[in-house]
Amino acid sequence: MTGILSLTTFSPLVGVIAILALRAFGGGGDQAAVNRAAKWIALVTSFATFALSILLVFKFDAANPGFQFVEDLNWFAGLHYRMGVDGISILFVLLTAFLLPLCIAASWDSIENRVLEYLIAFLILEVLVIGVFCALDLVLFYLFFEGQLLPMFLIIGVWGGKNRVYAAYKFFLYTLLGSVLMLVAILAMISIAHTTSIPALMAFKFAPQVQTFLWLAFFASFAVKMPMWPVHTWLPDAHVEAPTAGSVILAGILLKMGGYGFLRFSLPMFPQASQLFTPLVFALSVIAIVYTSLVAFRQVDIKKLIAYSSVAHMGFVTMGIFSGNAYGVQGAIFQMLSHGVISGALFLCVGVVYDRMHTREIAFYGGLVNRMPWYAATFMLFTMGNVGLPGTSGFVGEILTMTGAYGVSTWTAIAAASGVIFSAVYALTLYRKVIFGEMVNPKLAAIEDLNWREVTIFVPLIAATLILGVQPNLIFNLTTASVDGLVSVYKAAVGG
Amino acid sequence: MSHSLIVSLLVFAPLLGAVVAGLFGRRIGNVASQSVTTGLLLAACALAWTTFVGMTWGGWEPFTVALAPFIHVGKFVADWSIRIDALSSVMLIVVTTVSSLVHVYSWGYMAEDDSKPRFFAYLSLFTFAMLSLVTAADFMQMFFGWEGVGLASYLLIGFWFKKPTANAASIKAFVVNRVGDFGFALGIMTVFWAFGSIKFAEIFPQIASHAHLAWTFAGRQWPLIDLACALLFVGAMGKSAQFFLHTWLPDAMEGPTPVSALIHAATMVTAGVYMVCLLSPMFEYAPVAKQIVTVIGAVTALFAATVGLAQNDIKRVIAYSTCSQLGYMFFAAGVGAYQGAMFHLFTHAFFKALLFLGAGSVIMGMHHEQDMRKMGGLWRLMPITYAVMLIGTIAITGMGLPGLELGFAGFYSKDAIIESAFVAGQHNPVGMFAFIIGVIVAGLTAFYSWRLVFMTFHGHAKWGHDHHADDHGHAHDDGHHAAHDDHHGHGHDHKPHESPWVVILPLLALSVGAIFAGGVFVEKFIGEERGEFWGKAIFTGAGNTVLENLRHIPEWVTLAPLVVSVIGLIAAWYVYVLREGMGARIAAGKGPLWTFFYNKWFFDELYEATFVRAARFLGDLFWKGGDQKVIDGLGPNGVAAASYLVGRRTGRLQTGYLYHYAFVMLLGVAGLLTYAILKWR
Repeated sequence: MTGILSLTTFSPLVGVIAILALRAFGGGGDQAAVNRAAKWIALVTSFATFALSILLVFKFDAANPGFQFVEDLNWFAGLHYRMGVDGISILFVLLTAFLLPLCIAASWDSIENRVLEYLIAFLILEVLVIGVFCALDLVLFYLFFEGQLLPMFLIIGVWGGKNRVYAAYKFFLYTLLGSVLMLVAILAMISIAHTTSIPALMAFKFAPQVQTFLWLAFFASFAVKMPMWPVHTWLPDAHVEAPTAGSVILAGILLKMGGYGFLRFSLPMFPQASQLFTPLVFALSVIAIVYTSLVAFRQVDIKKLIAYSSVAHMGFVTMGIFSGNAYGVQGAIFQMLSHGVISGALFLCVGVVYDRMHTREIAFYGGLVNRMPWYAATFMLFTMGNVGLPGTSGFVGEILTMTGAYGVSTWTAIAAASGVIFSAVYALTLYRKVIFGEMVNPKLAAIEDLNWREVTIFVPLIAATLILGVQPNLIFNLTTASVDGLVSVYKAAVGG
Repeated sequence: MSHSLIVSLLVFAPLLGAVVAGLFGRRIGNVASQSVTTGLLLAACALAWTTFVGMTWGGWEPFTVALAPFIHVGKFVADWSIRIDALSSVMLIVVTTVSSLVHVYSWGYMAEDDSKPRFFAYLSLFTFAMLSLVTAADFMQMFFGWEGVGLASYLLIGFWFKKPTANAASIKAFVVNRVGDFGFALGIMTVFWAFGSIKFAEIFPQIASHAHLAWTFAGRQWPLIDLACALLFVGAMGKSAQFFLHTWLPDAMEGPTPVSALIHAATMVTAGVYMVCLLSPMFEYAPVAKQIVTVIGAVTALFAATVGLAQNDIKRVIAYSTCSQLGYMFFAAGVGAYQGAMFHLFTHAFFKALLFLGAGSVIMGMHHEQDMRKMGGLWRLMPITYAVMLIGTIAITGMGLPGLELGFAGFYSKDAIIESAFVAGQHNPVGMFAFIIGVIVAGLTAFYSWRLVFMTFHGHAKWGHDHHADDHGHAHDDGHHAAHDDHHGHGHDHKPHESPWVVILPLLALSVGAIFAGGVFVEKFIGEERGEFWGKAIFTGAGNTVLENLRHIPEWVTLAPLVVSVIGLIAAWYVYVLREGMGARIAAGKGPLWTFFYNKWFFDELYEATFVRAARFLGDLFWKGGDQKVIDGLGPNGVAAASYLVGRRTGRLQTGYLYHYAFVMLLGVAGLLTYAILKWR
């Protein structure tokens, strides 16, 4: 099966080439036909990638904790093209490939300008994001990790809302600042360990003082990506300005690269430093959970509210990862996947009404259930997932990360558990203001319920939320071997 | 049919009904949706009774059906399963019996509503969640059911989603329950880290050996079992509307009356009591937690009864009555009489559902009027409703003949609770406290229950001459009324009427339960046969002899509840029948005690002034102050602004410094928290 990983990663490029060819030769003046053809190309390509990622999961040996489908080619100047997945990263590949067709379908009618470029940006973004999760070489990882900034920057900056330039720059500056520090750390690591291979670096034992600096440098980058408090303020702006599909990718996948980074680099490569900084991470995590939940409660813009709630949910992830036990880490991975589905779905829910009314102001809406019962039911399901109702995927990650944290610090678990109260407050208040009540605003009088395209987009997300909520073992069966390996190495290193 | 098949069908039948009515209700129509849900519920009810009879008389052994894995991470192993023992089989019949009767009743009560499939789907969904709660074999499935019933409750309280009050009440219910679940979740985590399991069958055998362990939590040492039980009890307080976390229950009356009967009287709110009884192997080793349960239960019983004295909305009176009766159940469990708590849970389900559905019949007859001050003299027009309400009232007030041991349901169960508290009180001041409160509350219960009957069914009719003459003070009630008249369309004929047979039939069925549930089952639940009946489902510690000693108590203790109940009855009769109008005069006088009770001890105002305002204030502070001014001000915008300012070198730098100070302060807070987490594990 050698090569399947690269095939999966780069398969979206087929679509990119096809769209470029279409642009060069197709059309003959009928822009609408070209756009439609390009959308179909992008959709089919992303489906093919999704199919490949499913094949990957089926061929994956869950009992093996190490990297699989490994590819290693000499590149140039001693650099290697190394790819491979383990039980942790394979799920993020799957999540990315799962969300992308939905993003393209969600943009079907709402993007009117520069459709071809938009689709190309998304397909390239997919390549780079899957690359981040598959790269087993430090330099390759960095290229993918930084590379995805560009298409995302363009998606916000070109197809975003009124304040898109401010938001795009804020996004770019924050992430870049973190990345610069990470680059310095990467160079330092290469000069110390004389290798760029991630598996080799995971086995390499850095001296504790060195770890501290490397950890902080990586932390700067991943903390911005997550985002953690207090470097989270780029996220609400980016979300508000991004087009719907951009928000889905941002919340669904890009944020997860931070958590993935902690799992792939911080915990295994710098275990002593991770343990040293655990109290700091815990503190920032619970601040994120409580603080941003309260901020979310006061928002007047639907997207901003959901963006803040994302920050709070990512707080559970960082808390879980740094609890350093299997419960916390498994919970964190699950929480990331679940949040990818649920927050993606919530942003799509916002997109549904935004496409119709072109406003995200909460006060504009109200009483939508009267005209949009199916929409109301869908939104309710994801709201419940967002508040972590058992039976939805949102619950499993929360309870496991809290359980993991309890084993290390009961105070942290107590503070995080209080977040469960606040999430109910803001999520239900939002739902009530938008969906329930009398329909007062006359502009809403003719609003239409979900159409078939939208239903088709939501059905897989609903299925994922419920199936993962009832059968989370589907995920744990894949992750257990790798996570147990990670945790045992970490515990051995810190002597816990 | 094999036993496992029976219980599997019984648990999943309501879910099937909910899915069919919820997803396809519009397509298949009202009648089909109602038939499917009601039919499946009746089938589930028949299977539940089969199970109960099998467990009680048929020689079935307790068993657990393993359905599927749920969460398997290390030792954190939870499975989907159906655990049947004496406790869960009692709950099965309570839940399915009341639920199927409520389904039937709703055919009549909701006849004019235009989203019937949704209503029946929610009812069935609730039933499924409740069944999964009571049949859980581990804490995770229990939590699933626990929050699942919360979801159904939220959906049903807010069923009339156009009413702002209903929406507010539904959110309040969900959030207050979440406060309880905060404790519940921490309790589960404590249990997990202490015992390395979340399965009841693996935890209970370890309790005795862990009984004297200390546990570090929130920076302090605690007795392990006491801590775990106290945290879990916080969850029970939320679900069962106990003092401090009770405020959602009265507001939940915004939901349709069948919902109040099913969820907010007979089943969901008793889940907390059920949990404490199920966890009796833990609570028996948690003396301090048991004291807490007893005190909270007794205080709730008293608090809710006093508030119930002054309310005018017929449903709210019954809601406070429920709250108060749940208090009885908790202090019974707290003094170690778990069987007594379960017995009262069982009998209460019948007579309280009866009272609620009876009140619903009154409300229908009165064209959606709920204010008792506008009723009166209804007994002639609604004789069957009147009769069943009398039965319910006699049952709840525990009237009976002590010498002959004859009485309605509440007579057996409530007296047993009060006597248990007395027995426990011989060695334990908290038990004596509960006993004294229990007797006082018995009198208050009689007063408010009979007050309800007298104001509604006796005296002069206040409904004949319409309200515009005398109604300046109740404008909001009129608005309420007008909203509901839409359902009726015409609705100028204000003459009350008896309800249709589909409403009456469930009332009659519940009346049978309210009369006989006590006498028939007293020996099984708390009498000589209790050991055999409960088997290992309820654990009583070696020193717990509360139920053995019930028969060795002085005569006056047995008589006391009855005497105060009769006093309560006479007082209510004097105030509301003999001197009709006296009650209204007392209310008009607005004495301090009346004001205190009428305003529910000012809990809502207190919480509004503290928690709600604090959340709003902090939310704004963090958003506009923290994020926008400090973080953004110093971060991206600040970088730009600072270079500008530095370039100008003006004195205006100070404003920039202000944000620097604030930023440093924020960092300081983060640093302190880090330090705290480092120090206090």
